[in-house]
Amino acid sequence: MSQEVDISFIGLMISSSLVFIALALSSYQKLDLGKDMIVSIARAIIQLTLIGYILEYVFGVDNLFFTSALLLVIIFNASLNAAKRGTGIKNAFYASFAAILTGTSITIFVLVLSGIIKYEAYQIVPVGGMIISNSMIALGLSYRGLLASFKDKREEIQTKLSLGADIYEASKFIIRDSIKTGMMPTIDSAKTMGIVALPGMMTGLILAGVSPLDAIKYQIMVVFMILSTTTISSVIAIFLTYKVFYNERKQLI
Amino acid sequence: MTILKISGLFYTRDGNTILNDINIEIDSGEFITVTGSSGSGKSTFLKMCGDLISPDMGNLFYKNKNYLEWNPYELRRKIAYLFQTPSFFFDSVYENMEYPFSLRKEPVNKERILELLNKVNLKEDILKQNIINLSGGEKQRLSLIRSLIFLPEVLLLDEITSALDYDNTLITEKLIKEISEQGVTIFWVTHDKDQSRKYANRILNFDSGKVKEEKL
Repeated sequence: MSQEVDISFIGLMISSSLVFIALALSSYQKLDLGKDMIVSIARAIIQLTLIGYILEYVFGVDNLFFTSALLLVIIFNASLNAAKRGTGIKNAFYASFAAILTGTSITIFVLVLSGIIKYEAYQIVPVGGMIISNSMIALGLSYRGLLASFKDKREEIQTKLSLGADIYEASKFIIRDSIKTGMMPTIDSAKTMGIVALPGMMTGLILAGVSPLDAIKYQIMVVFMILSTTTISSVIAIFLTYKVFYNERKQLI
Repeated sequence: MTILKISGLFYTRDGNTILNDINIEIDSGEFITVTGSSGSGKSTFLKMCGDLISPDMGNLFYKNKNYLEWNPYELRRKIAYLFQTPSFFFDSVYENMEYPFSLRKEPVNKERILELLNKVNLKEDILKQNIINLSGGEKQRLSLIRSLIFLPEVLLLDEITSALDYDNTLITEKLIKEISEQGVTIFWVTHDKDQSRKYANRILNFDSGKVKEEKL
């Protein structure tokens, strides 16, 4: 980093006046958002402070196993969340866990192998968090697509089964659509990157004093890793879950 | 020869008894019409015969072998089921007619497709058409011949003519009669009293999950 980034406590206090402007506007316009805003700000401050201390500690320890354990915890939470979107799919949690774990492992392995990042807590945790959260969102969307299609396309699936199709053949179109649905936000955001908004990581690097030309290299890496992880996770998750829509007799439930 | 034996079928959904102890034996080549008010269990029964759903209790036998012992994919290629509203896949008619071949990993037999198209008064041109441009009658006729490309041994028809006009109904009936004469066992759910008596040798009348037989 070319220059030290430091925000003074007083500076932070003054910037909090922005919140008062928002609160004042909310009350003036009777938006009735005052309470929500205060709660959300309080939560943001508490959660971020906590994670700040946790990360400070984790980065200080910087132990291979500890870092990996932390990644597993993040994957566990992400899987729980993705599985909520897949309520009705019996094995959604296990499928999500296996999918995100595989996607994340492959991506991190390649990134570490290429020498772009080191397997050290201060790099692995933020990078891992980014790819895991993107996979979580992709899986949630894929599951919703899967549930909706298996409900709406019953006759189409049963017609295929009756023509003698196996369950993979009968579900292929749903599998493809669901994976696409999950991937869409990742693809759209990659398409508009830099045109619609400067991505968070790049903005952060620029604010921290990194030259934009170096910052884009990181951002390009981020696009690669998010695209690969979400694709791997979505494909694995959907292939692990579509079968639960059929019984042992290969009938649509 | 008995082709289907149905013994002690029970099926309950959401606390309602849909099928209540159904027992029937069907000989190969029979033409059976299935009647009954909506909700009487006839569609459920037909889907069960097509191995698309399983009974809560009871057994079905195809050629004296329990359904459960048959490979489901193999069994369903012998017992075809057609919905009242046909479903099509992909974009073109041709892709749909090719589908049964691709499922069996066999080369497309265009002659067979044309022969069947001819039987339902459709021209070869229709193969190029997009599914969305078809009329209801064309869809139903195409759906029927798609299931007949590889002739099944049992054909289960769920009110396939109920939404068709007179001409389309006649064309469909004619083909089904012809298929029956080739030895295919037919189960035809219909609300049309004349239709049910015209071709059938037996009528199964469903009422509140029970079945009454009428021999003709």
